Amino acid sequence: MQPKANYHLNFYITYIIIAVGLFAFSALFALFGVYAERKVSAFIQDRLGPTEVGKFGTLQTFADILKMLQKELIVPAAADKLLFSLAPVIIFVSVYLGFAALPWAPGIAPTNLNIGLFYVFAIISIETLGILMAGWGSNNKYSLLGAMRSVSQIISYEIPAGFAIISVVMIAQTLDLQAIATQQGILTSETIKFFGFYDVTHIGGLLSWNIFRAPHLIVAFVIYFIASLAEANRAPFDIPEAESELVAGFHTEYTGLRFAFVFLAEYSMMFLVSMIGVILFLGAWNTPLPNIGSVYLANWTTNVAWGIFWVALKSLLLVGVQMWIRWTLPRFRIDQLMNLCWKVLTPLAFVCMLISGVWRLLLM
Amino acid sequence: MLKGVLNGFKTGWVGMSLTFKHLFASNKQRIVSSIKSDNYFKQHADGTNTIQYPKQQLPVPEVGRYQLDVEIDDCIVCDLCAKVCPVDCIDIEAIKATEAIGQTSDGTTKRLYAAKFDIDMAKCMYCGLCTVVCPTECIVMTNQYDKSVPEINLLTYQFSDMPAELAEEKRKLFDAAQAEKAAAKLAALKKKEEGE
Repeated sequence: MQPKANYHLNFYITYIIIAVGLFAFSALFALFGVYAERKVSAFIQDRLGPTEVGKFGTLQTFADILKMLQKELIVPAAADKLLFSLAPVIIFVSVYLGFAALPWAPGIAPTNLNIGLFYVFAIISIETLGILMAGWGSNNKYSLLGAMRSVSQIISYEIPAGFAIISVVMIAQTLDLQAIATQQGILTSETIKFFGFYDVTHIGGLLSWNIFRAPHLIVAFVIYFIASLAEANRAPFDIPEAESELVAGFHTEYTGLRFAFVFLAEYSMMFLVSMIGVILFLGAWNTPLPNIGSVYLANWTTNVAWGIFWVALKSLLLVGVQMWIRWTLPRFRIDQLMNLCWKVLTPLAFVCMLISGVWRLLLM
Repeated sequence: MLKGVLNGFKTGWVGMSLTFKHLFASNKQRIVSSIKSDNYFKQHADGTNTIQYPKQQLPVPEVGRYQLDVEIDDCIVCDLCAKVCPVDCIDIEAIKATEAIGQTSDGTTKRLYAAKFDIDMAKCMYCGLCTVVCPTECIVMTNQYDKSVPEINLLTYQFSDMPAELAEEKRKLFDAAQAEKAAAKLAALKKKEEGE
């Protein structure tokens, strides 16, 4: 019996370590992300951003979180106490659980799910519920308006995002994120063709990424990226928070640690949607460097350490683009938002899905 | 439709490239200089715009209309400033002296004590009327504009340097003199009546 008990213990310890590691990662990323956001916005607007706390203000976000931890947890008298206190947890946990299925490197993923992509999209949708609970539970008109807007926006944009993803899945023929990742590099066991005609199975690199496997996947990537901005409630689709109209939207009434959790969820979501985009379209943990003749750049830069480096770098670049967009484009009006989703992105995503099907049948 | 989409991408790109340029533009600190300097607007074009207050401060003219200051030794407590003030932020309590108590620096004789000379800077609207009417030019506007205080009542500046006991003493002295005068008047009146 002894070995079996040990096996169980190891099993649980591994799970706990992975869970704590992912939490630590999302917390650290949120701290870094807030600092980066403030610096990027400052430089775009010819300001300096935080400069006082630590060298170049690097400790600013640590100071912020310290302040936030000390703050009082205020529950408005008219709030629905259960919904109000449960909402931040649901919002954060749903985003945090999304990380569970994402592959970081060849053979390294917190859990190997054969329906990983489906799971991630299902679990992220729970966030909508948390946002609605927060808005309703606060018993505040701004919160409720923000929550309503957020829910209508997220549900609408899940459709083009979903179809853009399906067009990838139809090419890849799997929902397993690790398998989709493997297909986009030199470790694949399939034949990969650049735009459907040039065999790049042993060349790898940039050329074997999904966006270059079929030209319409570039369009699908753009659709997914735009929709992911809306799902993460990022500008220019930040009408749920719309500071100038709704105070802070659904999290108006939150203070202290609860607010910190909502914030953490927002930044984790930014990284999560970027990482999904990277895994599906931009080669996941595969290197962008191709093998050129006898210079095997792709072989040299594909292993576990490089994998983590590449996926983190690409995701951070996408997060950077999200920030860049936020500080450039003005906020969409609700009718423009719905117009873009239902009249432009959804039909385009349908067309992409259709082409994917034809592509799979005729060219692969 | 297609034209609109293309236009959208084009204008979006223009905006994005503009912010991208600023993102990697020089982020050197602003050198604070007066608006009179020749390259005042030029240096706004490159580098950041932030003034690191209070480490850096914009130069202000020496005769700027900022906070009020009173040279109480020169004040003859004529109350003109309090009367002209449109927002009634000056509160003066005068005590008549029994005789001349000295001279201001411009030679005007002082006959009143200022028991209280309070200016509520939170109310002040910086019109400068008080400085115009002052006959001895003892109330002036300075170039101090930072008036952050931890408590609101600290914004009420008290310029009178007279201790409360002294003010009370002078008040009594004046009352006594008044009483003496009244008694003398009464005596004179009585004398007059008796004389008739």
